[in-house]
Amino acid sequence: MSDKANKGLLSPLRRKLLMGMAAVPVITMLPRASFAQTPATSAVNTTGLAITDTEVTVGILHSATGTMAISETGSIEAEKLAIEQINAMGGVLGRKIKFIQEDGASDWPTFAEKAKKLLVNDKVAAIMGCWTSASRKAVLPVMEQYNGMLYYPTFYEGLEQSKNVIYTGQEATQQILAGLNWIAKEKGAKSFFFIGSDYIWPRTSNKIARKHVENVLKGKVVGEEYYPLGNTQFNSVINKIKLTKPDVIFTDVVGGSNVAFYKQLKAAGIDLSKQALLTISVTEDEIDGIGGENIAGAYACMKYFQSLDNPNNKTFVPAFKTMWGEKTVIGDVTQAAYLGPWLWKLTVEKAGSFDVDKIAAASPGVEFKNAPEGYVRIHENHHLWSKTRVGRAKLDGQFELIYETADLVEPDPFPKGYQ
Amino acid sequence: MTDNRFFNRSEFIGILVLAVFLMVILPLTLDVFRLNLVAKYLTYAFVALGLVVCWGYGGILSLGQGVFFGLGGYCMAMFLKLEASSVENTKIQSTPGIPDFMDWNQITALPLFWKPFSSLTFTIAAIILVPGIFALIIGTAMFKRRVGGTYFAIITQAVAAILTILIVGQQGYTGGINGMTDLRTLKGWDIRPDHAKVVLYFFEVGCLFVCIMIAQFVRHSKLGRILVAMREKEDRVRFSGYSVANFKIFAFCVAAVFAAIGGAMFALNVGFMSPSFVGIVPSIEMVIYTAVGGRLSILGAVYGTLLVNFAKTSLSETFPELWLFGLGGLFIAVVLAFPNGLAGIWGDYVQPHIDRLISSRKPKPEGWTDKSVTDGAPAE
Repeated sequence: MSDKANKGLLSPLRRKLLMGMAAVPVITMLPRASFAQTPATSAVNTTGLAITDTEVTVGILHSATGTMAISETGSIEAEKLAIEQINAMGGVLGRKIKFIQEDGASDWPTFAEKAKKLLVNDKVAAIMGCWTSASRKAVLPVMEQYNGMLYYPTFYEGLEQSKNVIYTGQEATQQILAGLNWIAKEKGAKSFFFIGSDYIWPRTSNKIARKHVENVLKGKVVGEEYYPLGNTQFNSVINKIKLTKPDVIFTDVVGGSNVAFYKQLKAAGIDLSKQALLTISVTEDEIDGIGGENIAGAYACMKYFQSLDNPNNKTFVPAFKTMWGEKTVIGDVTQAAYLGPWLWKLTVEKAGSFDVDKIAAASPGVEFKNAPEGYVRIHENHHLWSKTRVGRAKLDGQFELIYETADLVEPDPFPKGYQ
Repeated sequence: MTDNRFFNRSEFIGILVLAVFLMVILPLTLDVFRLNLVAKYLTYAFVALGLVVCWGYGGILSLGQGVFFGLGGYCMAMFLKLEASSVENTKIQSTPGIPDFMDWNQITALPLFWKPFSSLTFTIAAIILVPGIFALIIGTAMFKRRVGGTYFAIITQAVAAILTILIVGQQGYTGGINGMTDLRTLKGWDIRPDHAKVVLYFFEVGCLFVCIMIAQFVRHSKLGRILVAMREKEDRVRFSGYSVANFKIFAFCVAAVFAAIGGAMFALNVGFMSPSFVGIVPSIEMVIYTAVGGRLSILGAVYGTLLVNFAKTSLSETFPELWLFGLGGLFIAVVLAFPNGLAGIWGDYVQPHIDRLISSRKPKPEGWTDKSVTDGAPAE
């Protein structure tokens, strides 16, 4: 927490220097960097967006205050880093990206209000933003009504697809199925206990997981429990776990509740090196609060871990730390947020225009080879093809990569047989 | 001079000024986006108005007005959501024709209590009656047992917490934490385009003035004076033979119905309803609006709501990471320096000068508040 507070204290000069340094490896990393000639504004902007001959404005819309600020700060940081790097390479179609940041304040209607402000007043070319499903649901009608473009970073429940949204995180089947297959095979798991926070994402994820366990893996779900957001009393469910002795505890508890959950699990004598636990909601960011010693041994299933060993990630992690401080950690969503500005830039260049309709049409097939998670590509349904990975939490708060799918997993927001 | 039962001269001028401000100045100077924001702010003014009646006059501090705001809002949202969930709009679902969140929660038929909300007449009745009856039940249970003051405030908070948990927990029926989003049309009339927003704004301002008139009436009637007497010395009123509980219940119900109308306006103007307006925090925020405006002043409540929300929007747009501190500072400053809020500032510093200008009579030396409440219906 304290280092987050200190970030603002970096002097502007020092920040500029740091960002310049951060951008150097990226320039060398992308040989095809587009220093192309600047096309005329009238040609690339036919719908009156805030674009001049030298600048293009985008919006950043996350919670900088309120309960979600801890989670969303990483996304804001990643998006700013991506924008700085893109500007250091010459911008998009010869225009530097200028961003307007708005605070959604962890309040869904505020998100809708600010999204509308960004689109109607500021005429931004794209919005990088939202985090919780609730905030996205609130913003979605605004995006569709005013024809905006939203790059949404969080892994989410699926059951949605919009011309005006690019989902840079995984939808539920992408995230869950490969992880369940792996743990069933690796641990011979047959019985599962589901614990989640009580809202749409955990409920939908668990519904998909239950269908998969029962119909595909021929296993059994021995318990399914939900707790309100922010709940800190997990003793009764821990007792049930002790009684039912499931092979795997499958959790999608979110936010601050995780801290209480893992501490109480440990206090109750459940040793995660013996009891398999698979979570789809704990990233490096959450472990920061939980404490590595409380969760070491647990498995997490998502698409990105900070410890990934590939050339892209080896440039990305130091660049992020140079800009935002040595102690910051990078979780799955932070990485997905970093993809947003890049995918937008690549799509704009493919479409040769900033017009939202043209970007929406050009999005399918756009590839980003330098993604920290590896290669990604946008699917026709505006989600990303991506690999699913399983990591094991270590004492130092990092994940050790245990398994990854051989191929990219196809996004399937409306999965047949899982609804 | 118009009906003296309703207002004295300065109140009449005040209402006129507010009407010109809301109906002429704002629509002429703001673009539709900002005007729609004002419409959103004004939905809270209904709640603040109710709090003036129940807290300012009756002395009943309710920290659970979000409950009634939410009930009204949800009634309206249910009607709008049903209309938005026509079979052709929801073809993609496994059960077309029901709201999308029901489909996500494996509900395959419209629940029974949703069905009447396809009628607009029923919905309008429900917006008034559901919160009204709910307030009647809470009020009767509390005030007949002479529960009041801090204990009553705590219980209203508990009700707010319970309703939030209920809404979040029953997400198949209520939309859960996401709330009800993507509300589109009212009887086939699209509520989303700019011209609709303008029409809705004027409709809302109209409703607000009706509520202001009702509040004025309550304040200047014998009822209003009994409320004030109760606030100052409850036992004395009881010993004089009045049923204190019934008056309190009435004030509480009026506040509840005002809040519910605000909630319904919110769903219409913003196209959205969620449990984040029902809980403890929004309920306390609504009390703050009233406090900033001046809890004894009907018009102050409207200005206070507008000021706080305007500050909220502009501070958060200018300083996305620091705005909450600014807002907090503003509240502390207002409460410490001007305990009677904006209306207090007006009454203490501005009104005397105006009085001196428009009449030769000297301003009365006692506080403006007592004057306006007790001498509310002048004989002249």
